[in-house]
Amino acid sequence: MSSLARAIETGDVAELPSRREEDWHWTDLRGLIRKLPPRSGGFGGDVGIGPFDGLGGERLLVLNGRMAPTAGFAAPDALLRSIRVIGQGEGAHALRLARIRIASGDEAALVESYEGRGGYLSELDLSIEVEAGASLERVVLCDEPADAVSVSRAEIVLAPGARYAQTVIASGARRQRIEARVRHGGGGAVARLDGLYLLDGRRHSDLTTVVTHDRPGGVTDQLIKGAVRDQARGVFQGRIVVAAGADGTDAKMGCHALVLSDRAEVDAKPELEIYADDVACAHGATVGALDPDALFYAMQRGLPEPEARGLLIGAFLIEVVDRIGHPGAREAVRAWLDARLGAGA
Amino acid sequence: MSRPLLSIRNLHVAVDGKPILNGITLDLPTGEAHALMGPNGAGKSTLSHVLAGRPGYEVTAGEVLLDGEDLLALAPSERAARGVFLSFQYPVEIPGVPAMTFLRAALNAQHRARGEDEVAAPAFLKLIRARADALKVDHEMLRRPLNVGFSGGEKKRMEIVQMAVLAPRLAILDETDSGLDIDALRVVADGVGAMRSPDRSMLIITHYQRLLDYVRPDRVHVLAAGRIVASGGPELALELELHGYDRFAAEPA
Repeated sequence: MSSLARAIETGDVAELPSRREEDWHWTDLRGLIRKLPPRSGGFGGDVGIGPFDGLGGERLLVLNGRMAPTAGFAAPDALLRSIRVIGQGEGAHALRLARIRIASGDEAALVESYEGRGGYLSELDLSIEVEAGASLERVVLCDEPADAVSVSRAEIVLAPGARYAQTVIASGARRQRIEARVRHGGGGAVARLDGLYLLDGRRHSDLTTVVTHDRPGGVTDQLIKGAVRDQARGVFQGRIVVAAGADGTDAKMGCHALVLSDRAEVDAKPELEIYADDVACAHGATVGALDPDALFYAMQRGLPEPEARGLLIGAFLIEVVDRIGHPGAREAVRAWLDARLGAGA
Repeated sequence: MSRPLLSIRNLHVAVDGKPILNGITLDLPTGEAHALMGPNGAGKSTLSHVLAGRPGYEVTAGEVLLDGEDLLALAPSERAARGVFLSFQYPVEIPGVPAMTFLRAALNAQHRARGEDEVAAPAFLKLIRARADALKVDHEMLRRPLNVGFSGGEKKRMEIVQMAVLAPRLAILDETDSGLDIDALRVVADGVGAMRSPDRSMLIITHYQRLLDYVRPDRVHVLAAGRIVASGGPELALELELHGYDRFAAEPA
């Protein structure tokens, strides 16, 4: 299968995912990139402060596709891990991280941020395993430059009875894709796969998830909310596969978007593929505009239009943030969202 | 006499090209409350919306001055910052925003626009709780998303709580008394009556005498077919209560 990482590895643009692959139809990197830039050089200067730095925990820094020499997950049993993925410049880089395993009985959190400056091409691949009786909450905040092309792919394996919760917050880039593929262990295992995107300018964000239930008794709950304005484009592809024999699966998916200008675009493809009997599956999708009556009401009370719009957009999106279980991560995301909306939505 | 707070001069307004207001002239002096009555479709709500700046109305002639300033040139939030408050006939639900958060954002936006200090959280909490108590609004309701799941009467009470917190100079009440039972009406009317002040003017749109019993308007105007067809003292409202609008509606527009 083609991938940005392989194209960067080989320098061959033909390896880039293209619109001919159904999964990449809306994020056509082959059509976008005519020639791959040289590999990124070393990272220079200060990395600044990341959105989750206040939370502490084990820290890993990935700079232009390389693990910073001083960093690394020294303690394999750390309950809070933080990964900052920072790109710089106009080059290309990719990295695959060693598998993160959450041991039985642990309640762990993983916070990731994608940041940077410039028009880099980047892919980061993660692999996560959550053992029976373990739980992991993963919060991914993507605050990248408008010129970057960035892909994050995670393969997640859940043992029966494991718990996994993921919240992706995306502000887009030239192209930005955050992909998670979950192999669901069933047997009471619970997965929550939420996402939020807030896009302006010509930014593009693609949230893609594939959850495969191949054992009985698994629960998946997904809530995606987004707002796009200007000429931005928000993509959500969510596929939940319930294989034959995965009886008693309970899957719920909702994706809802606000389109704030005529030239902004939302593409949503929620899919349920069910081959088992006795399953409870539901999905719903809505696309709408800001309610003009609510906007006038807020302005009548004294809120200038940009502030009123920010308030209403925030009110729409906040449901996703409220579902984050880790209090510190939740507040960090809330602060990021407030700042983003206050800066003029 | 000093300059009226609100001065409406020969106001003509159309919606989708259709004339709704056909030359309204009205002065509202500071400290006075005026009632605006009239049959359905007369243009009462249109007038309240135009004064507050709701989009979708075309002013085809005339002007509106607030303290001598061209009100119609201002954005709705700028009008609010200058003290214009509209109590909505149908208050809007704002999911995701607790009433308290919404109102604090609004109050502080007004303060910023006027170059005043923002109100700190503890002082605001004290203020809103006192106003809520006066209107028998449960503190728990203040934490709920604004108007979401509120009954009609609760929404109207919440409007008056907001008015009391924002302390406007010009309060426009658009059928604040509709949809209220007798007890709720008394609470709301008491709340509105308590806000009568020499510094505040009120324009009260109503079909009924009940609210006016509490608020005691200085003047009563009858609007029909987009024009003020009669003005008088409080006795005019009583007369309307007895005889209805037939005499005015029958007159050619």
